[in-house]
Amino acid sequence: MFLVIAPLSELLTYGNTGYLDELIWGAVATIQISVFAYAFGISLGLLGAMGKLSAGPIIRTLLNFYTTVFRAVPELVLIMLLYYAGTDGLNRLMLSVGVGPIELNGIAVAIFVLGFVQGAYSTEVLRAAIQAVPLGQVEAAKAYGMSPITAFRRITLPAMLPYAIPGLGNLWLNITKDSALVSVVGALELANETRVAAGGTKYYLTFYLIAALFYWSISLLSNFGFSWLEHRVRRGQPKLA
Amino acid sequence: MNWSWIAYPEYIHLLAVGLLYTIILLFGSVIVGFILAVPLGLVQVTGPAYLRIPAKIFCSFIRGTPLLIQMWLLYYGLGSIFPSIPWIRTSFLWPVLREGFYYAMLSLSLSVAGYEGEIMRGAFLGVPRGELEAARAFGMSGWKVLSRVWFPRAVLQVLPTLAGEMISQLKSTPLAFTVTVMELMGARSKISSDTYIIYEPLILIAIIYMILTFIITRGFNYLERLIPQRR
Repeated sequence: MFLVIAPLSELLTYGNTGYLDELIWGAVATIQISVFAYAFGISLGLLGAMGKLSAGPIIRTLLNFYTTVFRAVPELVLIMLLYYAGTDGLNRLMLSVGVGPIELNGIAVAIFVLGFVQGAYSTEVLRAAIQAVPLGQVEAAKAYGMSPITAFRRITLPAMLPYAIPGLGNLWLNITKDSALVSVVGALELANETRVAAGGTKYYLTFYLIAALFYWSISLLSNFGFSWLEHRVRRGQPKLA
Repeated sequence: MNWSWIAYPEYIHLLAVGLLYTIILLFGSVIVGFILAVPLGLVQVTGPAYLRIPAKIFCSFIRGTPLLIQMWLLYYGLGSIFPSIPWIRTSFLWPVLREGFYYAMLSLSLSVAGYEGEIMRGAFLGVPRGELEAARAFGMSGWKVLSRVWFPRAVLQVLPTLAGEMISQLKSTPLAFTVTVMELMGARSKISSDTYIIYEPLILIAIIYMILTFIITRGFNYLERLIPQRR
């Protein structure tokens, strides 16, 4: 059991000998990737949901293809496909305009890739939530002469949030966990930094437990946050059983 | 697009074995995980505190941490401890404890157990109290209530969620390639490193995963229609 009780005071020092700074930067990168990819995913999801509900048949078919394929293929496969395709495509583009290949920021690529995958799930969550808003309320807003944007902001959005928040909360938990997957394509976030630290010191169990505790605390904190949020957007509505 | 590699029998063989491994990981982990999930759900509803609290912590940990970290925790973490214990190296368990496949299977199963345990908890809670009281009133013992009323009713509630759970589990199996298992993702990785072709093998396995998802969806639709439901 000596590998479990590692000399934490030595391993977790700041600077060249210990791994505390690497782990902290990894954790920061994980949170960065999760937050930005989540925001990107929800923006895509909002566009996708609106497209699915109100666009013409061609856009609808394309969006159906996007949500079906992206939800049926493993995230890891998608991340690799998008990562290689994205970096390769961008470099070819740069070459064709006469600039040499560029070194891409691993975190930026991770955000783009995860957000694109997340967008498919967000589209479905938001579409279902928007559809759950009674049509009469939207029609009433129109009858009051509200522009589509005003009607969305003042009627549809607040009315759909109680339906959307639980799903969006799950998506947030998923993306914090899925952010570990981008370590496979080399982004330096917490899972990857942990792997480096564990491999360098051979204290595998210690470092993976530290990383697991970090992810776990993000999840537990987020649970509190989302249940508060759900409570807030549901105010004035009957309690759930 | 360069698909010439697909004509080589060795790559077809790799992919076929990979598909087999993926299917074994999928069904093995779902079956083992579900068997573990039933007691995990049950003790959270009726168990004494010394079972209920660990079960709750286990489910929360599994659901709150990335599967990749769990898998590495088992494979690299536990796996690095075993070789340091001399008698394990000579025991019959050594071939098992050395193989990434078993660690992948274990962590995938524990993952199903955690997620499905939480769902089973809800399902056990969702069985109407009156039915359990009626079973009691008929003089059934605690076990008989569980096996004849409580468990079957709870499982029927869980069945519709099982299809989704199977699909998300299928999408978790490629993680096994990070612990050296040669399932579909591992086979693709071997083909890519042999031929320097990256996209085509990835696209091929993406299509295979989509077909598997389609089969699971259809299969569960069929199963659900077989079970008579009265509402």
